[in-house]
Amino acid sequence: MEPLIEMKEISKNFGGVKALENVNLTIYPGEVHCLAGENGCGKSTLIKVLSGVHTPDHGEIFINKKRYKRLHTQESIQEGIQVIYQDFSVFPNLTVKENLAMGYEMSNNKKLVNWKLFEKIAKQALETIDVDIDINEKVENLSVADKQLIAIARSLLFNARLIVMDEPTTALTDKEVQSLFNVISNLKRKGISILFVSHKLEEIFTIAERATILRNGKNVTEQLISELDTNQLIYHMTGREIKETTYESEFNENQKPLLKLKNFGLKYMFADVNLEIYPGDIVGVTGTLGSGRTELAEAIFGIAASDSGTMEINGEEAKIKNPRQAVKRKIVYVPEDRLTKGLILEQSIERNIIISTVENLLKKFRLISDNKVKNSVDYWIKNLGIVAKFPKRNVSVLSGGNQQKVVLSKWLASEPDILILNSPTVGVDIGSKEEIHEVIKEQARKGMGVILISDDIPELKQNCNKIVTMDKGKVISIDHISEYAMSR
Amino acid sequence: MSNPLHVNEDKKQGRFNLNKDFIDKYGDLTLLFFIMISVFAIMAIINPNVFLSQGMMLSIANQFPILGLLTLAMMFAMVSGGIDLSVVSTANLSAIMASIIMVQYIPADASAGVTTLYILLSIVCALLVGCVAGLFNGILVSVVGIPAIIVTLGTMQLYMGIALVLTKGKSIVGLPTIVSEVGAGTLFGIPFPLIIFIMFVIFSYFVLNLRDYGLKLQMTGSNPTASKFSGINVTSITIKAYVISGLLAAVAGLLMTAATNAAKADFGTTYLLQAILVAVMGGVNPYGGRGKVAGVVMAVITMQILSSGLGMLQVSNFFKDFMWGTVLIIVLLANLFYNKKISKLS
Repeated sequence: MEPLIEMKEISKNFGGVKALENVNLTIYPGEVHCLAGENGCGKSTLIKVLSGVHTPDHGEIFINKKRYKRLHTQESIQEGIQVIYQDFSVFPNLTVKENLAMGYEMSNNKKLVNWKLFEKIAKQALETIDVDIDINEKVENLSVADKQLIAIARSLLFNARLIVMDEPTTALTDKEVQSLFNVISNLKRKGISILFVSHKLEEIFTIAERATILRNGKNVTEQLISELDTNQLIYHMTGREIKETTYESEFNENQKPLLKLKNFGLKYMFADVNLEIYPGDIVGVTGTLGSGRTELAEAIFGIAASDSGTMEINGEEAKIKNPRQAVKRKIVYVPEDRLTKGLILEQSIERNIIISTVENLLKKFRLISDNKVKNSVDYWIKNLGIVAKFPKRNVSVLSGGNQQKVVLSKWLASEPDILILNSPTVGVDIGSKEEIHEVIKEQARKGMGVILISDDIPELKQNCNKIVTMDKGKVISIDHISEYAMSR
Repeated sequence: MSNPLHVNEDKKQGRFNLNKDFIDKYGDLTLLFFIMISVFAIMAIINPNVFLSQGMMLSIANQFPILGLLTLAMMFAMVSGGIDLSVVSTANLSAIMASIIMVQYIPADASAGVTTLYILLSIVCALLVGCVAGLFNGILVSVVGIPAIIVTLGTMQLYMGIALVLTKGKSIVGLPTIVSEVGAGTLFGIPFPLIIFIMFVIFSYFVLNLRDYGLKLQMTGSNPTASKFSGINVTSITIKAYVISGLLAAVAGLLMTAATNAAKADFGTTYLLQAILVAVMGGVNPYGGRGKVAGVVMAVITMQILSSGLGMLQVSNFFKDFMWGTVLIIVLLANLFYNKKISKLS
């Protein structure tokens, strides 16, 4: 079969940094191709070369045998390449039909709105991917998954022959991922190729036929998925082997619980949660969106305080109404959204590390002691292996994994008793993910109580000694890890 | 490749190692410093006899502290992520409170000692008024949650309204002569307003750049949500910023009274926009989170040198405005390019 797209020996430098070095990528018509690799391996750059955003320094691109030295964004779209970015680029304040039909009509140079035609175009577009969404609904009221489907439907209006999906499942629930996969199979049957960019192993194995794996801007391998197994894939992506582990608390059960929740609840969010966290516990919490797991974590941390039930910290009843009180009681929280809640992106790495402990780093007259700050920052950078040679630079220059380690070090510096982590390894490459898990386990071994919220069941199985499953605001089961493994 | 920047640290470190610390600490200030020096040099070259005279230096030193204090007031509000449009109204209201006490309550036959006591009382009252005005702004912004630009636009009118009612729109005159004597006086050859300005520059520097409060304020200004999630009391931090802003405005108001020997509800309204522009020029981030006292001081001095220098050349007032605008735009653009360069260098 003739390839649809062939990228040959693509190189791209950013100010002396080799983002891509002689990378090849071949995609055949109607195939689901996976572009895999850790964060920062060059996946996004490669996509941007394909969509015409970046000009390659070297190499050539063949689309249906037509040779390009570089692509302009317009040419890329005309050749049928459509990219669904992570933020989907839809207009939230417009309705579904406006989002679908507007760009199409505008590209046909129409100056007036024909609502009937709009409706027709929108309905057809949704029919092609076989989904049912109210076309008069405003897009901002839709779920993330539906927004994504709108973006896919829209790209089909432009006669897409290749749809590039850049980490499409990041914000989706399991069910939504399943329906996205159905749409992908549907598209495949129509002869449309999919370039699926991901670092989630399970998804790669479920949906992709062939994979191109990048590491540090270079091709590692191009292989049929059926010829790969998980360990090989991890090895190709990270360049090292990662072993499967499990965690067991080394503390005996007769101790006082660090945290005890009794009929803990918050109206409309979650109710009657009974939970005890002992020293050395790593309690996994899982459940779909709307299960109340994030709200539970935020209630313990005082973002939105609970309104029923009681909380005991070290055997004493406590009311926590805001995060400041939680931090004083040695409860800390690593939020799900690292970029807007966990970090202050416009500020330095150093400041992000010391922000919660600056009161311990003062000298006379409450002046900040540069020495103490430096010691503390150096200690945490070394201790957690944060790759940051310039701690005074903005934290936004760091990769996802290093950013998450900054959030962790901020809290570990405050020596908490209870560490709550909400999806701490989303958007983090496999190497850093493993390191973060090690840090969590090490802290638990020292007697900290950890609550680890995650969608990633293998992550929970490897790191937790207890697993709590929530659904619709209720705890439906609390299992010891051995029981949990047997029950599924 | 989501972000190539962190990868190249290794390579670049060697080349820029020498001035890395310097750029980290003072990078954004060096440019402003050179602009200040160049403006000074140009004026000195054009007419050295007049510009470098003691009279001119004294006049410059007497004039910029008022704008300087208002700019510092603006800076605190802007670093918190907001803005304080009520600084000039607050300054006038505070000055009017002080003037009313001095004019109406000092007995005609009071001795110098009693007069001084009353003057001290009026100063304390003025500073209190400034703090209360700031507190009110701060509560509306951070507890009630109204955008700062709306709140302070409202309180700008409110405070001016109160001042108008108190004065019936007229200037308050007839202050004790000691006020204007001190206002025009010097200490060790340094004009009194400049001394006050230096005091509050040091105060602001301590609060914003050296103490934990300043760090928390900057973090809050950058991202209030993440700051709250880091256990910072965002409400109290923000309120304090507006109180400091009100306090600095009140000091500016007292200096205005000392300079003109009067107080009026609508004195110095042009200072408002100037204070915002000079603050931004001094490196205060209009989106919040960043601001350096040294930058603001240099920006104020630059603009005053320019203003006085143009006055010396007897250019028309319209041309003065034109020059101000031009220099401001140039500095903003230069800052932008410079910062881009710096961030590439990292």
